[in-house]
Amino acid sequence: MKARHKRFGLIAVGLILLVIAAVLITNSFRSNLVFFFTPTQVEQGEAPKSGSFRIGGLVESGSLKRLSDGLHVQFKVTDTAKTMLVEYKGILPDLFKEGKGVVAEGKLSASGLFEASQVLAKHDENYMPPEAAAAIEAAKAAKAKEGVK
Amino acid sequence: MKNLATKSGFNWLKYASPKTFYPLAGKLIPWCAISAATLIAYGLYIGLLVAPTDFQQGEGYRIIFVHVPAAWFSMFLYLLMALYAGMGLVFNAKLSYLMATAIAPTGAMFTLLALVTGSLWGKPMWGAWWVWDARLTSELILLFLYIGYISLQAAIDDKTRADKASAVLALVGAINVPIIFFSVKWWNTLHQGSSISLTKAPAMAAIMLQGMLIMAIGFWLYSIAVILMRVRCEILERDSKTAMFRQD
Repeated sequence: MKARHKRFGLIAVGLILLVIAAVLITNSFRSNLVFFFTPTQVEQGEAPKSGSFRIGGLVESGSLKRLSDGLHVQFKVTDTAKTMLVEYKGILPDLFKEGKGVVAEGKLSASGLFEASQVLAKHDENYMPPEAAAAIEAAKAAKAKEGVK
Repeated sequence: MKNLATKSGFNWLKYASPKTFYPLAGKLIPWCAISAATLIAYGLYIGLLVAPTDFQQGEGYRIIFVHVPAAWFSMFLYLLMALYAGMGLVFNAKLSYLMATAIAPTGAMFTLLALVTGSLWGKPMWGAWWVWDARLTSELILLFLYIGYISLQAAIDDKTRADKASAVLALVGAINVPIIFFSVKWWNTLHQGSSISLTKAPAMAAIMLQGMLIMAIGFWLYSIAVILMRVRCEILERDSKTAMFRQD
């Protein structure tokens, strides 16, 4: 065995051990590394009971309303299984839309209302011209119509 | 190794020596630099003027033409650097170490570019300059790894020892690259998933994809040109005593 084969073996073994360590560490941190909890996870008590945390999901269609004081907004966040009511005072990001992704940071009040201190829009990885988006919407609508018939 | 080189008929191993590599690199630089400038200009033209407006992000999405290729090369150059560092350790080849040294600043530059453009993009779209989600945090760690590699090498006076120590750091840090890449799959992140993958059709319009790929090839050629320039400087600095490079 030549010296360079020995060195190669040493490095290869070292890297394999490193990968195993990294897999174990990232696996054990899995739950701590989440950026947000879904409403279902909150329901199951996976989110912290006290203190601030983030929830994420889709803004339920038709749920966005401005309260009578003109400053607070309320909307529902859904993961299609469970929903949570969120209240927020402040400016919503441009991409905030009903039916689109959202991440809200705040505290859960005793009544079950999530009082958000920050609202972030989470957009998806699709990029296309508006005409293409409109065409897809039209195709979906036509399909739905067909289904109804 | 000797057998392999003679069998192939072309002695490619001869370019593993700084002495023969130096003039070869000199010949390659202008070609890479000119095509890089052309492709980046063409890519920006497509990205900023030809590509259509996005259906949800409007004009703001156009930063993708810089952000995504920069992020790709921040990761790819790190792997390349680690590969050269590893080859340096295994074969004790000086040129490999020099290549790793030359790659680091360009890789760090692309990492910073990805972070800054991402931040500029995040504020209007997400509503925050920075969030501590897995994707952003691991990319920041990548920047620290590059900086750590560069500083470790600069901190040790004995060049041979500096090469070996920083090579180990480069190899250990390589574990971060798959973590960055798969972070959006493994964890809930604010950062969206990849639009482009090897297994699925791309989730973006063809002309947008084309602009991004042209920018990526441009960045690649730019990296080659700059890295070769830097490696030539390194060769001159370290081999200033060798007869061939003597000025007198």
